[in-house]
Amino acid sequence: MGKMNSNLVEIEEGISFIPGASAIVAPLNKLINWGRAGSIWPATFGLACCAIEMMVAGASTNDLDRFGIIFRASPRQADCLILAGTISKKMAPVVRRVYDQMPEPRYVVAMGSCACSGGIFDTYAVVQGADEFLPVDVYIPGCPPRPEALLEGLLKLQEKILQEQGRWSQLA
Amino acid sequence: MESTGVAEALQKQFPGSVREVRSHRGQLAVFVNREPIVDICRYLKEDHLMNHLNCLCGVDNLKRKGLHHSRFEVVYQLYSIENRVALRLNALIPDDDPSIDSVTDLWTGADWLERETWDLVGIRFNNHPGLERILMPSDWQGHPLRKEYPLRGDVEWQGLEELRELAKRLSKHDFHQ
Repeated sequence: MGKMNSNLVEIEEGISFIPGASAIVAPLNKLINWGRAGSIWPATFGLACCAIEMMVAGASTNDLDRFGIIFRASPRQADCLILAGTISKKMAPVVRRVYDQMPEPRYVVAMGSCACSGGIFDTYAVVQGADEFLPVDVYIPGCPPRPEALLEGLLKLQEKILQEQGRWSQLA
Repeated sequence: MESTGVAEALQKQFPGSVREVRSHRGQLAVFVNREPIVDICRYLKEDHLMNHLNCLCGVDNLKRKGLHHSRFEVVYQLYSIENRVALRLNALIPDDDPSIDSVTDLWTGADWLERETWDLVGIRFNNHPGLERILMPSDWQGHPLRKEYPLRGDVEWQGLEELRELAKRLSKHDFHQ
């Protein structure tokens, strides 16, 4: 065992390469988190004006694709829900249904003041924050947030994913 | 084009029903009783070619300062595409029975506008083909654009309570700790 260890080449902290065997030795957590953080696929789903900024973030100038962030047109192929806009009470069950159709692991980003807290719409018709009915991972303030802010939020989500411990079943 | 000719003709045709003719910045408004509203609209549409119903909405005068005739109004923005004449009809609706006859037989497009007015201001439209809520959820309580309706509502919508329950129930299936 000691002899094998001496052959390992550490290519990053905790990740080693076995030269003769073309193999990598690393904790499963680390490999899975690395894969997930590099392929956040949000559902194409906009609610209000924030969705316009979300589209800009996806377009060429900011280009979310370079982080492996690719919008998917079906919640069943997505693992991230960006709540871009005001959530009216009538819309809330629909938002929840989109989330419920996404497979685990799944993440929720509340984009803008409305999705975070209801924003300026402290009224009868608007949900006062998406966390009333969804587990929100990242809150992005702004009205609307600039594309750079959304980008920062998604990078924060990547950091969060990289910290996760054994999120591959309920038993872990 | 001037639309005063239409207002005068209307006064002549329905002498007991025209309550006031008001002009503001070149826009003419005719305040009428609600009972003959379909006859008035049909007369304007057929005899004066006011064939386009621009908009239909409700007004709540509860907190209005200054002169007004009744608690509610239903406002018809009419326009004659042929004559290029615009006219505003304000039908007066009392507080104790907020209802008026539907004009969907004259303009099919009035359907959703009347539903919206029912939904938000709570004015019923008699003989409407399907008077249901259009913007608020179908089981909503109250009419939000009435002036006595509190900004944040008085009772929470049942659907949101159910959604919170659902979120709580489903959270035990999540992967995270």
